[in-house]
Amino acid sequence: MHTSKIHTDLAVIGSGLAGIGASLFAANRGIHTIHVGGSSELIFASGLIDLVGIHPVSEKKLWTNPWYALDALKKDNPFHPYSRMPKQSIRSALDEFIDGLQTAGVTYKRHYEQNSQIMMPIGTVKTTYGVPKSMWDGVVTMKKKEPCLIVGIRGLLGFSSRQIAETLKSHWPGLRHTTISFPGLEKSSEVYTEPMARSLKLAETRERLAVSVRPYVGMVNAIGFPAIFGIQDMDVIISDMQDRLGVRIFEIPTMPPSIPGLRIKEAMDAYLREIGVRTLFPKKVLNVQHDNKVFLLGIGDTTVEHTVRANAVILASGRFLGGGLIAERKQIREAIFDLPVFQPGNRELWHNQNFFDPRGHAINLAGLEIDDHFRPLLKNGLPAFNNLFAAGSILAHQDWMRMKSGAGLAIATAYASVESLNKLAILK
Amino acid sequence: MKTFETQVLIIGGGVTGTGLARDLTLRGVDCILVEKGDINAGASGANHGLLHSGARYVSSDPGSATECMREAALLKKTASECIEDTGGLFVAVQGDDEKYIADFPLLCEKSGIPVTILDPVDAIEMEPALSKRVIAAFFVQDASIDPFKLSLENIEQARRLGCTLQRHAQVDHFDLDHKRIRTTMIRNTLTGELSNIEAEQVVNASGAWAKEIAGLAGISFDLTYSKGSLLITHSRIAQRVVNRLRPSANADILVPGGTVSILGTTSVSIDSLDKIIPTVAEIDLMVSEASAMIPVLEKTRFIRSYAGVRPLFGSGNASDDRQISRSFALLDHAKDGVENFVSITGGKLTTYRLMAEKTADLICHRMDIHIPCQTKTEPLPSVLSARWTKPDLSPKNLLQGNVLDKTLLCECEMVPASIIDSLIASIRHRFGKPDLKSLGVRSRIGKGACQGTFCSIRISSHLYDTETLNGDQGIGDLQSFLNERWRGVRPLLWNESLSQAELQEALHCGMFGLELY
Repeated sequence: MHTSKIHTDLAVIGSGLAGIGASLFAANRGIHTIHVGGSSELIFASGLIDLVGIHPVSEKKLWTNPWYALDALKKDNPFHPYSRMPKQSIRSALDEFIDGLQTAGVTYKRHYEQNSQIMMPIGTVKTTYGVPKSMWDGVVTMKKKEPCLIVGIRGLLGFSSRQIAETLKSHWPGLRHTTISFPGLEKSSEVYTEPMARSLKLAETRERLAVSVRPYVGMVNAIGFPAIFGIQDMDVIISDMQDRLGVRIFEIPTMPPSIPGLRIKEAMDAYLREIGVRTLFPKKVLNVQHDNKVFLLGIGDTTVEHTVRANAVILASGRFLGGGLIAERKQIREAIFDLPVFQPGNRELWHNQNFFDPRGHAINLAGLEIDDHFRPLLKNGLPAFNNLFAAGSILAHQDWMRMKSGAGLAIATAYASVESLNKLAILK
Repeated sequence: MKTFETQVLIIGGGVTGTGLARDLTLRGVDCILVEKGDINAGASGANHGLLHSGARYVSSDPGSATECMREAALLKKTASECIEDTGGLFVAVQGDDEKYIADFPLLCEKSGIPVTILDPVDAIEMEPALSKRVIAAFFVQDASIDPFKLSLENIEQARRLGCTLQRHAQVDHFDLDHKRIRTTMIRNTLTGELSNIEAEQVVNASGAWAKEIAGLAGISFDLTYSKGSLLITHSRIAQRVVNRLRPSANADILVPGGTVSILGTTSVSIDSLDKIIPTVAEIDLMVSEASAMIPVLEKTRFIRSYAGVRPLFGSGNASDDRQISRSFALLDHAKDGVENFVSITGGKLTTYRLMAEKTADLICHRMDIHIPCQTKTEPLPSVLSARWTKPDLSPKNLLQGNVLDKTLLCECEMVPASIIDSLIASIRHRFGKPDLKSLGVRSRIGKGACQGTFCSIRISSHLYDTETLNGDQGIGDLQSFLNERWRGVRPLLWNESLSQAELQEALHCGMFGLELY
C-alpha cells in the first residue's frame, strides 16, 4: 500500500480540546502543524469552559474567583499542571483560545474575574467560567431569579423541564416549565438533538416553535430550551427567536450527544484547516520511532497510510475514554510512546467504594509526570525526549472532573506546551 | 402506634420468605411478610440463578444432591416461566483429578442423578467456548432460573391471596410473654415509623441474618457466613451451564442468564454482614481460574460483579466452609423455650420450595391446621410486575412487536417507557414510592453496558415528567441508584469498563456536579 510522507515542525496527537488548543496556538505562531486524532469525544462535552470551580476537592470548596483558586492550588499542590505555569499564561491561553473560537464562529461570554453558575438538565447548578453566548442569558436570569420558563421537547429523553423547575423551585419561585412537540416531529416517540439543530436553520421551523411557546410570553422574562439552536450560526438563530417572541432566549446543556460540543468540533476543524493546520481525522498513531531527534509517526486506521516526520510532538491523547491511557488488569499504560504512568499501587486502590466519595478516586490523579516544560518524564526523572510534550487530561496530579477544570486545563497546558517549543528553541 | 394482627409473621423477603408466603396463603393461612430492604436484597438476589441438577454435590453431600434433583424436576413443571432449561455440562481439563472424573458418573448414578458421558470433541462442538484441553465431559440436567422473577411471582400470588408485604420494614425487637413472642415491633427504615405486629406464629426466614433475628428472641445457634462473589459477562458465552469437573473450588461454574453469562464463585469466610462486596483480588482470581476451562474469559468484557452471603448452618470449626452441608436447617425454637418461633436458614435457591413446605408444615401443625401443601403441583402464575428482570425478555418482546411504545428509556437492555410506567404503577399500588432503585430491582435498567450512565438520567427525567418524583428528590435518587450500580462494577474496572466508568464520572460529577449535593 502506498504511504504518503509528510514533513512537519509539529505533530499534535489528540482531537479533544487540548489537541485543538495546541494546533491553534501553534498555527497562530506560524508553526507548521499536523493534527492527528480519533473521532473526538467532544459530543460528550457540555460546551462550557471550566477553569477551576472546586478546590480542595475533598472539602468541596467552591470558588467564586477562579484566579484566587489557582493561587491556593499552587500552594497546596505544586505538582498540579496548573501550578507549573504562571497565572498570566493561563489567562493568555484562555484569551487566545476564546478569540480563536469567536473567529471560528462560536462566541463565549464570561466574567473575567469570576466564575459563573449555570443550570444543568438534571436541575443541579454547575460552577464554570466560559459560557457559550447561547447559554449566557440563562446564567443572568438564574442569578437574578427572574420569571423564567423552561421548555422541554417531547421525546428528548434525559431532558425534563419539570425536573429542572422542581429541583430549583425552592430557590427560584418564578421558574415555570412546559413541554412541547418539536415541529415536524409530533409523532416521534424519541427525538434527537442533531436533527432538531439542523432543522432550526429553517425560519419555518423557528416560527412553528415560537408559536408553541408564545402563550407564555408576557409571564416570563426569559425562556430556556435544550441546546438545539443550530450547529452553526446559533447566535443568529437565537436572536431571530428572540425577535419572534420578544423575550430573552437561552440554551441549557443536554446530555450527550451534545450540540455545543459538536459546534466547537465543527467550527474549529474548519478554522484550523483555514489557518494552515493539516488535519488527519479520524486516524490513529499506529507506531512511532525516534530517529536523530526527529519523530517518525506511522498514521492510519489499521495499516499505516501516512508517515509523519515531525521535529516535535504534543501528546494530547486524553485518558481512558480518549484512548491515551490504557488500563489493563494489573497496570495502566500510556498507549503510544509507552511512557511511564504515575498510578496507584494496585487495582484495589484505583477507586473508592463510594462512587461519590468526596476525596475523588485515586485513579483520576494517574497520568504522565512532566517537568516545567511539560515534557513527560522517565522513571529517572529526566524528560523521555527533548521534543515530546504532553497536554490535557493525560497529565498526572489533577482531577478535572471533581475540580471542574476540564476545558481550562486542556487549553492552558496546550498553551504551555507550545510555549515550551519556543523557550527550548526546539524548532530553531 | 399501629398494630397489625395476623396468623403468621414472616421475617425476610428472599426466595424462602416469599415462597413461604405463597405456600401458607395457598393453605388459607393469613400472613404478613416484613423485609428490611427490598425483595431478594440478600443472597436470593446475589447468586448464579442456577437450578441445580444435583450433580455438583454427588461427592460431597449426596443428600443435598438428591434433594436438588427432585426439586429441580418439580420446579421445571410448576415454575417453567422462571426457568430456561439449558442443560449443563461437567468438564475436566488437563491436570484435573482423574479419580474424581472416574468416580463422577458412578456417584451420580448412586444419587439417582441422570448423567450422560460425552466425547470431549462433541462437548467442544456443543460449547465452542470450551478449552481445547478438555479431557472429560458429561451432560447433566442443570438449568438457569431467574430468582427475581421467582420471588416476585411468589409474593404476587401470596398478595392476591391476602398476604401483606411490608418493604423497608425492619424488626426492632420482640416482646416475649409466657414463652411466646407476643408482639414484634417493626421500624420503617425510610421514615423511622414504628408499628406492632401480633402474630400466632413467627418465622425467621432472614437468610444470613437469621442469627441476628433469633438473637432478638434470646436464642443463639451457629451460623457460618460464606461470601461468594460472581461476575457477569457482557454477552452470553455458552448456551448451557458449564461446570468444572473437580471438587468445589473457585470459579468452577458459568451459568447462562438470558443475554449474559454469570461466572462464579468464591467462598470466603466472613465474620460480619456489614460489607458484602466483591474484592478486586476475588475478581482476578476467578478470571484466572475460569480461563483454564473457558479461555475467552481472559479477554471478555465483564459488566458487573456482585456478592452474596451463604448462611451455612452448623459448626464454625470446619477448616473449609465448602465442607459444611449445603442442606437447609429448620429450627424449632419451642425446644429453645420460645413456642411460636421458628428459623429456616441454609439451603439453596433450588430447594427453596421444599424449605417453605417444611416450614409451613411445622407451623400449620402447631396451629392445628391440616391442609396439605399445594406448591408441589400448583403452577406458579406469571404476572406483569415480574416480567422484566430477565435479560432476554425485553428485546425478545420488542422483536415480537408486543410493545407499541418504541421510546426506549434503557437502550442497553431495551427497556421501553411503557414498561417503566407499568412498573411505576405496580410499585405505587402495592409497595409505596417508586424510584430508580426500586425500578432497578424489577427491571434490567442500569444492568447493561452503560452501567447506568445514560439510562439513569433518561429514567430520572421520565419520573419527573410522569410526576413520580417531585422537588429535588431526583438528586438523592440518582446518587443512591448510581452508588448501588457502582458497588458491582468497581472491582472489574479495566479496559472498556474503565472507560465507561470514566464517562460516567465525567457526566455525573464533571458536568452535573452530583457529588457536591
